[in-house]
Amino acid sequence: MELQATWFFIWGLLWAIFFMTDGFDFGIGALYPFLGKREQDKRMMINAMGPLWDGNEVWLITAGGVTFAAFPLVYAVMFSSLYTALMLILFALILRGVSFEFRGKVDHPAWRNVWDVCIFIGSTTPALLFGVAFANIFKGLPLDQAHLFQGNLLTLLNPYGLLGGVLFMLFFLVHGALWLAIRTSEDLHERAVRAAGRLWLPLLLTAVAFLAYSAVATDLYANYLERPYLFVVILAAVSGLVGIKWFLAKKQYFRAWLASALAIAGATFFGIVGLFPNMLLSSINADYSLTALNASSSPMTLKIMLVVVLLFVPLVLAYQIWAYHLFHTKLGQEDLALEDAY
Amino acid sequence: MDPVFLSRLQFAAATMFHFLFVPLTLGLSVLVAYMETRYARSGDETYLRMTKFWGKLFLINFALGVVTGITLEFQFGTNWSRYSAFVGDIFGSLLAIEATVAFFLESILIGVWVFGWKKLSRKAHAAVMWLVAGAGNISALWILIANGWMQQPVGYVLRNGRAELNDFAAVALNKFALLEFFHTVPAAFILGSFFVMGISAYHLLKKQNIDFFTRSFRIALVLGFISSVWVIIEGDQHAIHVTQVQPTKLAAMEAHWETSREAPMFLLTLPDEANERNYFEFGRLPGLLSFLGYHDVNAEVRGLKDFARDERPPVLLTFIAFRTMVILGTLFPLLTLIGWFLRHRLIENRWYLMIMVAAIPLPYLAIQAGWVVAEVGRQPWIVYGLLKTAQAASPVTGGQVLSSLIAFILVYGLLGLTGFFLIAQTAIKGPKAVQPDAPEILRVSAP
Repeated sequence: MELQATWFFIWGLLWAIFFMTDGFDFGIGALYPFLGKREQDKRMMINAMGPLWDGNEVWLITAGGVTFAAFPLVYAVMFSSLYTALMLILFALILRGVSFEFRGKVDHPAWRNVWDVCIFIGSTTPALLFGVAFANIFKGLPLDQAHLFQGNLLTLLNPYGLLGGVLFMLFFLVHGALWLAIRTSEDLHERAVRAAGRLWLPLLLTAVAFLAYSAVATDLYANYLERPYLFVVILAAVSGLVGIKWFLAKKQYFRAWLASALAIAGATFFGIVGLFPNMLLSSINADYSLTALNASSSPMTLKIMLVVVLLFVPLVLAYQIWAYHLFHTKLGQEDLALEDAY
Repeated sequence: MDPVFLSRLQFAAATMFHFLFVPLTLGLSVLVAYMETRYARSGDETYLRMTKFWGKLFLINFALGVVTGITLEFQFGTNWSRYSAFVGDIFGSLLAIEATVAFFLESILIGVWVFGWKKLSRKAHAAVMWLVAGAGNISALWILIANGWMQQPVGYVLRNGRAELNDFAAVALNKFALLEFFHTVPAAFILGSFFVMGISAYHLLKKQNIDFFTRSFRIALVLGFISSVWVIIEGDQHAIHVTQVQPTKLAAMEAHWETSREAPMFLLTLPDEANERNYFEFGRLPGLLSFLGYHDVNAEVRGLKDFARDERPPVLLTFIAFRTMVILGTLFPLLTLIGWFLRHRLIENRWYLMIMVAAIPLPYLAIQAGWVVAEVGRQPWIVYGLLKTAQAASPVTGGQVLSSLIAFILVYGLLGLTGFFLIAQTAIKGPKAVQPDAPEILRVSAP
């Protein structure tokens, strides 16, 4: 049980890191048509995430890979159940990824417009759909006795799922605006700061609404009531949210971004902790649920993978933090002039 | 519509499309790292321009490789969930290891490489490219260990209705996987080399940047020659192993129907699957198939008729793919060998340069054919001898798979065309002109 519980925690952690990192570049992509008025601004926005987005997206691959390795049955049921939603996410990510590379390669407005649209759609779709998908996972999916999903894409678009989508979208918008505030200067910087400030209240209200709605729509609070110290997770999410505003007011944008990352991680863990030990909760009958116990890999695989993860994830974090350190500086004209800049 | 059939089509399309880009990433990354090292050591500006020019082509290709790779990992879950549940204990672990050990390093450092020219020292920047190249090739190793397990499952027990790991070392050191790795990676080096040689030949034919492209050509020539000889020697070992562990694949590769000693090969033949024979057999080479499979002309080679019809792979496709791979594979060392003799007077030998331009697509064709042999030849099994492909699919509807398949064809078709156009455009445009006297700031400030 301890081994499975550890893996359950790692599983949640990897998704949380994915949302904390790739979240900001989804946000920048979603803000792109609104903040990128001039060609110069658009390029600044893309180059602000240019060196980092690819590495961020590997957390998705790792979260997926670890689900496959540690909880094969969850991997199998989760992705075949969410077939259409996941396909939409994947196509969005494909278009987004190539847009950055392709956009600057032909000097023609129509060409750039095509990729501008792809950047926007490619960033908003995953932001929304990951929110919808995870809210539905928190709430439970209609899984029958054989773990077959008895629903379709529309099943996921229930009010709670949609609220989850809006929440994720707002989280990433603020997260992206803060990253822009860190890396840009002058007008664009001002606009990014203003966007983060204006989106903060809607984010806070949506987060509070989501926490409240969760009490009605889900069983997430059962674990919290049983072990009240777990409320620290919700406290972390809320202090992250408050921290955003606090540091924004003090013009400490990097700290505001960290606070936003904390809020995103807290929100993810709010659901993960509430779910434990369930991974895919069946809304038809709780006995049909997939749990960390009944869906895990063999102890041998879990142990070997634990060694791999404990050795390599800290190493990955170390060189990723180094990359963030290299590229959290203000962008200038000379950066856009680099031959390989986007 | 049958979701299994559609899922097979979709996976084949997605994998083959992904594998248009991966080999070039593997091969070109090594060449670019080498060029940059020459620059870091000597300070010779030509090597810097080479690094930037080939690096730019590398990056366009890399982006396409990355985005098409993400879908593959998730398709095991979306379309092959029964397979995933059955093999996740082993196969899933290998994919997870690939991501944490290698793909992270490659993806994070590529960003550092592209944007870090001014932030890192020359040597550190070159070292980053070596790490990118190394990580890419280590990625390939883990992916091929995963594929190797599908070809020859080892180190497992059947328990709880699935394959569970019981010997990790056996899985990681699976002979089939290592043979695949030492075949695929040098094949990717051939592809990268022919790409560089072909584009260089194009510019040499036009007499543009002669020094630049002669040097590029020669660097690629060395890697291309060594790799193409290696692939043939290794391929021979590979065939012997396939004979032992996948007799149906070997029989399909050579359209060999009847079990026999001194099994022959034919210069020209064509399998007639319906009637379990060949339409015609021309140019009999007695004992050659026995030699291929066992290094013994008298050895007995099992024929397809020894196996039930529903345990045989599609013969025609496997056969044609194998022939294509072998014929092309024989051509590569010859072309590079000729290049070696002409290396000091490339520019005078226009016929050779024209051949090398035309040869750019050939390694692509060979490497795709090779994967058809490996994957189609493994059918009807998804895990050889353990699980059939037909039993591995997800419980999704035909309509769902049909719509995603159509989306794949449309999106990948457009991406493929766009990628081809951009790579061709960048390749034809050639490297930036030198402005040795311009101050640093002007040299980098082009739009």
